[in-house]
Amino acid sequence: MAMFEVRSLCKNFGGLAAISQLNLEVDEGEIRGVIGPNGAGKTTLFNVICGVYKPTKGKIAYQGKEISGLKSSQIAERGVVRTFQRTALFHHFTVLDNVLVARHLQARGGFFRTIFGTNRRIDIEQEKKALEIIDFMGLSDLKDELADNLPHGHQRALGIAVALASEPKLLMLDEPVTGMDPTETQHMTGLIKKIRDERAMTILLVEHDMKVVMGICDKISVLNFGKKLAEGLPKQILENPDVIEAYLGGEDVVALLG
Amino acid sequence: MLKHKVLSIIGVVALIAVMSILPFFVREYYVEILIIFLINVILAVSYRLIATTGDWTLCHVILMGAGAYASALMAKYFGWPFFMTAPLAGATVCLVGLGIVYPLLRTVGFGFFITSLAVGEFIRLSWIKFHIPFGGPRGMIDIPEVGIIGPIDFYEAIPYYFMTLAITLVCLFILYRIDRSRIGKAFKSIYEDDILAESIGINVGRYRTFAFVIGSFFAGIAGALLAHRLGAIDPHIFALDEMVYLLVWVIVGGSATFAGPIIGVAVMTLLFEWTRPLLEWRPLFFGIILIGFLIFMPGGLESLIPKFTRLFGNRKAAQAKAEQPGGAEKSVV
Ligand SMILES: Nc1ncnc2c1ncn2[C@@H]1O[C@H](COP(=O)(O)OP(=O)(O)OP(=O)(O)O)[C@@H](O)[C@H]1O
Ligand SMILES: [Mg+2]
Repeated sequence: MAMFEVRSLCKNFGGLAAISQLNLEVDEGEIRGVIGPNGAGKTTLFNVICGVYKPTKGKIAYQGKEISGLKSSQIAERGVVRTFQRTALFHHFTVLDNVLVARHLQARGGFFRTIFGTNRRIDIEQEKKALEIIDFMGLSDLKDELADNLPHGHQRALGIAVALASEPKLLMLDEPVTGMDPTETQHMTGLIKKIRDERAMTILLVEHDMKVVMGICDKISVLNFGKKLAEGLPKQILENPDVIEAYLGGEDVVALLG
Repeated sequence: MLKHKVLSIIGVVALIAVMSILPFFVREYYVEILIIFLINVILAVSYRLIATTGDWTLCHVILMGAGAYASALMAKYFGWPFFMTAPLAGATVCLVGLGIVYPLLRTVGFGFFITSLAVGEFIRLSWIKFHIPFGGPRGMIDIPEVGIIGPIDFYEAIPYYFMTLAITLVCLFILYRIDRSRIGKAFKSIYEDDILAESIGINVGRYRTFAFVIGSFFAGIAGALLAHRLGAIDPHIFALDEMVYLLVWVIVGGSATFAGPIIGVAVMTLLFEWTRPLLEWRPLFFGIILIGFLIFMPGGLESLIPKFTRLFGNRKAAQAKAEQPGGAEKSVV
């Protein structure tokens, strides 16, 4: 059985069917690309999976258990965490505090022990773990900087660090390399692979940069107008005439990849 | 960083020392003012704790009133001593807070602000409506004194002052620990970005409830201290103009740091006393101050501190100060 499963999912906004009759199955350890033109419903899919919106219809199951209808925080607790297309950060926190606050799920201890600092050992442990994640995302030099003051590329990296800190098993990345230059993009692509390989996560990746998607995804699902247009290995997607027609307006995909 | 910490500790110790000798050098009237000042500090700092989540309420003074009534009723009808009724008043107000937070949670920002006003007025009206046990519009009189404990008579201003000072310090210590803890960080993260906070596992509804209920507890303690000093309370004491003063304190002082509201209460208490001869002009005067701060210094007086620190070349400390989110500008205006 697949680790993560979406069954006949529908999400309507008034008359608009942002997602309709979508089925998806993701295996453990997979990097699954989710692509599609602007407005195809990719971000909406993430929002529905994470409980920001309730599905109009359909089921979402994670490790065989239904998660639709739960709150985002409960879904995160089970191990499903997403990043945002917008640069969502705790902007007036330092880099370290951004990551520490996301250690919340791991740092639980009683109220009085938390407040009166008899939990020093937990605090030190959490800080160590947070610093490890900051280091992993290449932000060590900036740990005391305010998130708001970071350059864009580092803010995107911090967004992922925050998600990682809550220790998901299924990580959903919404356009992680948006606005990055080619070097940063290449670096981030490597990191995403490393997250899967070294931190044992399953990844759902929404991304417009085809080079990134084709480079690291095991399998790709293509959305168009909220419906699944195609699914398969990167090579199959590149050759699929429907995809070329709908997604890229008939351009030669291979040429686009340079 | 360490140097900064040492300086802060020295500052706090010096402040406590000053507060401990001050009542011996002023007239009794001013000791009474100092008692009210301390009660207002508890009120303002607990109010700010709730505001760190982004929830600015208009019912905090009502919650203090609930604590005052609860403690007065327990003392009067059950004859329990103050050291029992005060924490029980805090606990009662926790329950009141839990009861009203549920409808409040369905709103955010301005909606929360206004709904809390309606809920608060509802409570205040029930004090006016129910002569038994609240005494109706005239309120309650003959609330028992704290009385004589051992050799000390707490009817006297100075002993009551020191009792209030001790309770205030304990309250501030607990509130400070909460503010600096993981829980306090979670509160602030909700103000920063509630959707992001929820997505990484922070149950936003539960934490907003938590902040509100903790704030309620301390408002209740403040109310108990007030009731047993005044000896008589009525619904008017907890009316909306008091709430406006509380807002003025927190906005003038600033809500971003723990010290902000304390600075605000201190400065405004001084101004309040200086303007006593101009009684009828006071609302106008305070209105101008409020508007002036919102427009020209939305971070409050505390926002001056980093500027001073920078003047002395201590950039790190200034940054640490700036790290906290500034509540006032966004939610109230
Ligand atoms: N909260 C909302 N209310 C109404 N319509 C919405 C809402 N959120 C998304 N939509 C609509 O749903 C459709 C899908 O939007 P979505 O953001 O999921 O697209 P996307 O695939 O992420 O696009 P992009 O690549 O531009 O990020 C769009 O037509 C959008 O306008
Ligand atoms: Mg999108």
